[in-house]
Amino acid sequence: MTNNDYITCRELIDFIADYLEQRLDAEQLRDFERHLTVCPSCVNYLAAYRRTVQLGKQALAPTEEPATGLAPEGLLKAIKAARRNAAV
Amino acid sequence: MEGTLIPMQDAAVITDDAKLLARLRAREEAAFDELVDAAAGRLLSVARKMMPTEADAEDAVQDALLSAFRSLDRFDGRSKLTTWLHQITVNACLMKLRSKRRRPEKSMDALLPEFVSDGHQKTPQKPWHADGPAGIEQAELRALVRSRIEELPEQYRVVLVLRDVEGLDTEETAAVLGVTLDTVRTRLHRARQALKTLLDPYFVEDDS
Repeated sequence: MTNNDYITCRELIDFIADYLEQRLDAEQLRDFERHLTVCPSCVNYLAAYRRTVQLGKQALAPTEEPATGLAPEGLLKAIKAARRNAAV
Repeated sequence: MEGTLIPMQDAAVITDDAKLLARLRAREEAAFDELVDAAAGRLLSVARKMMPTEADAEDAVQDALLSAFRSLDRFDGRSKLTTWLHQITVNACLMKLRSKRRRPEKSMDALLPEFVSDGHQKTPQKPWHADGPAGIEQAELRALVRSRIEELPEQYRVVLVLRDVEGLDTEETAAVLGVTLDTVRTRLHRARQALKTLLDPYFVEDDS
């Protein structure tokens, strides 16, 4: 990449989160996508970044714990008792 | 605290903030119990993602709800009651984590990409395996990613959990943490970049 009209890898990587949230304006989006046409490293970076987001969600998703919104009865009782004891 | 699971009650219980708040401020006994029943499960789900053990997560939720009850008079009603409870729970988790931090945190700078003077990547990014590390089971992969998330510095890990896992938007995350929108965006982006760096050794395709 020698053409100064292209944004740099640093600029592209700075833009990734906004790109994924569709927060780039038309000019930024054009520059972003144009850089990707000539830079395999940034194509790989973007793909790995996307996968990272997905892996993070999967890793912490509640599959090995009670479903969201459920609490052990013992915890509910303990909190209620602690409040009464503390008289708050 | 083992036992039967109590389903979260109808969300209307805590979405009708004004009525419930009035009953709580009147120190109506049943109102406290209703709030515990309605909110504890959701708050526990948040705490589980931040705390290393189930017991730590339950302690944090208990601390958070007791703290909320003590602070009811300071709740100004500008945010939703659920957002306020969420914020108190995150803070309770952060206080517990700080008090029991076991090891120095990794330097964030070392986990972010490096660039040469013209702005290009110092080390080109190699492609990741489409299917992830060879021969690894799904549960092992989840455990691997969780362990790498735990290596992230706390202020970045918390934003990653709230935004990418809990599904809070930037505004909600900023309100919970008491930081600006730009700070949330910057920390989230850096957290993802750092996590990617930590996962690179497992996912980058071999040259051979």
